[in-house]
Amino acid sequence: MGELSVNLCGIELSNPVIPASGTFGYGYEYAELYDINELGTFSFKGTTKDSRFGNPTPRIAECTAGMINAVGLQNPGVEKVISEELPKLKKCFHKPVMANVSGFSVEDYAYTCQMLDKEEQVGWLEVNVSCPNVHGGGMSFGTDPKAAAEVTRAVKAVTTKPVIIKLSPNVTDIVSIARSCEDAGADGISLINTMLGMRIDLRKRKPVIANKMGGFSGSAIFPVAVRMVYQVANAVKIPVVGMGGVSSAEDVIEIMLAGATAVEVGAANLVNPYICRDIIRDLPEVMTKYRINSLKEIIGGAK
Amino acid sequence: MKQSIFTILSNRALTDCVYQMVMEGDTSSITAAGQFVNIRLEGMFLRRPISVCDYDEKRLTIVYKVVGKGTEAMSKMTPGAELDILTGLGNGYDLSLSGDRPVLLGGGVGVPPMYNLAKKLLCAGKKVCVILGFNTKSEIFYEDEFKKLGCDVTVTTVDGSYGTKGFVTTALEGMDYTYFYTCGPEPMLKAVYKASATSGQMSFEERMGCGFGACMGCSCKTLTGYKRICKDGPVMKKEEILWEN
Repeated sequence: MGELSVNLCGIELSNPVIPASGTFGYGYEYAELYDINELGTFSFKGTTKDSRFGNPTPRIAECTAGMINAVGLQNPGVEKVISEELPKLKKCFHKPVMANVSGFSVEDYAYTCQMLDKEEQVGWLEVNVSCPNVHGGGMSFGTDPKAAAEVTRAVKAVTTKPVIIKLSPNVTDIVSIARSCEDAGADGISLINTMLGMRIDLRKRKPVIANKMGGFSGSAIFPVAVRMVYQVANAVKIPVVGMGGVSSAEDVIEIMLAGATAVEVGAANLVNPYICRDIIRDLPEVMTKYRINSLKEIIGGAK
Repeated sequence: MKQSIFTILSNRALTDCVYQMVMEGDTSSITAAGQFVNIRLEGMFLRRPISVCDYDEKRLTIVYKVVGKGTEAMSKMTPGAELDILTGLGNGYDLSLSGDRPVLLGGGVGVPPMYNLAKKLLCAGKKVCVILGFNTKSEIFYEDEFKKLGCDVTVTTVDGSYGTKGFVTTALEGMDYTYFYTCGPEPMLKAVYKASATSGQMSFEERMGCGFGACMGCSCKTLTGYKRICKDGPVMKKEEILWEN
């Protein structure tokens, strides 16, 4: 049987499959369905300094081969995540977890990361500078190389855990932003967050989503993800976590060939809650089909 | 929650745009009236959340209205076809608070979840009154089904073409009941909230991503905190409801 394990920023993953932040909560809805320890790890719900309700509803719109969401980082705030969510998680997940962090100022990011740095179960900090659904923060840090570097430096200063910066595809030149984060000390880059999108209700002649626009995800965006992972992986030396529309074992291999060391699966979890488990189970057969002995060997293999 | 394959036994039109589909499959995770199922459809990205109208050990009945491409595709399905369904979603109605004489108010496609609820309440020895509200006579369905169960049924139509002219609240006025259960469009829920003389439970609707509590797509604010309509709801108690607009 082929070797599925990969190493992400110094931490061994039994396989490269990682449910993406915002599609997996804090794990327990899925733990009711299958043993989530089968996963490489998962990235928990985007956490901010203070608790947030998020945006008004409707927050969801369906699209061809995808969906738009404008949840707006609903979460209980970092203190409650540490006091309530992580102890619950510890009971059903026994691997290092990826902590996804968002903020509205450089200080916010640093505060939340510093708090999570003390948590033993947190393996990596995935710093989201790319949320399209909040004003005055989120994506504005990820669309400017200087701002992205500033957040990276501030977070690196308060943690010894690997810092992965999650980038937005809603930019002209993603490579310059990735390089800027690498220069500022990032240990890894994850991409792509959702693409800014919009739907309009024909009967009401109004946007479907209350916040008007939202983040487009799902299999429709997969080719964009492959392209951007390829561009970034060829421009930086740090590992890249690839995501965007991944929904099969073949997609995992394709995005790894583009340069991803590990792979996040997002919207597909919402449609088939077993998708990550199924992908992991399908990988050995698909690897055999494409004569792959070890997934490590194919990272960035497409030239 | 359980994911399984159901086989369609029948799928028939009850009105111009409302259909009843009976399916066979594993219903073991459905535990309460007022829960819903989430149906995967070929070519559609998201599943379709539809309330459970009735169920037994191996059969599931849903009654749905054709409102878009997904439900239109469903209306054209024939017996023998298979559907991938997530079952056992949502909290459902709490029967323990009903008292002896509960009233059930269903408006339009809010009527279906009242059916299994009525069955369960009758089974528990309650005297069940049902008020079914529709816009007009041609939209009425399930009046006879509720009568056959043994409920005291009142039908209201907005245009007065059948039954009592007015809204479900028109029929509620002066009625003697111990508790209410309702499902329907939000303006109706608000009207029932105001007009009801007792406590009760109402079922809410929202555009959903997953339907099982993971994505936070259908959150709402309540007097007891933030809730996910799909997981902590869709049924809320009158005392916890916070009307935002």
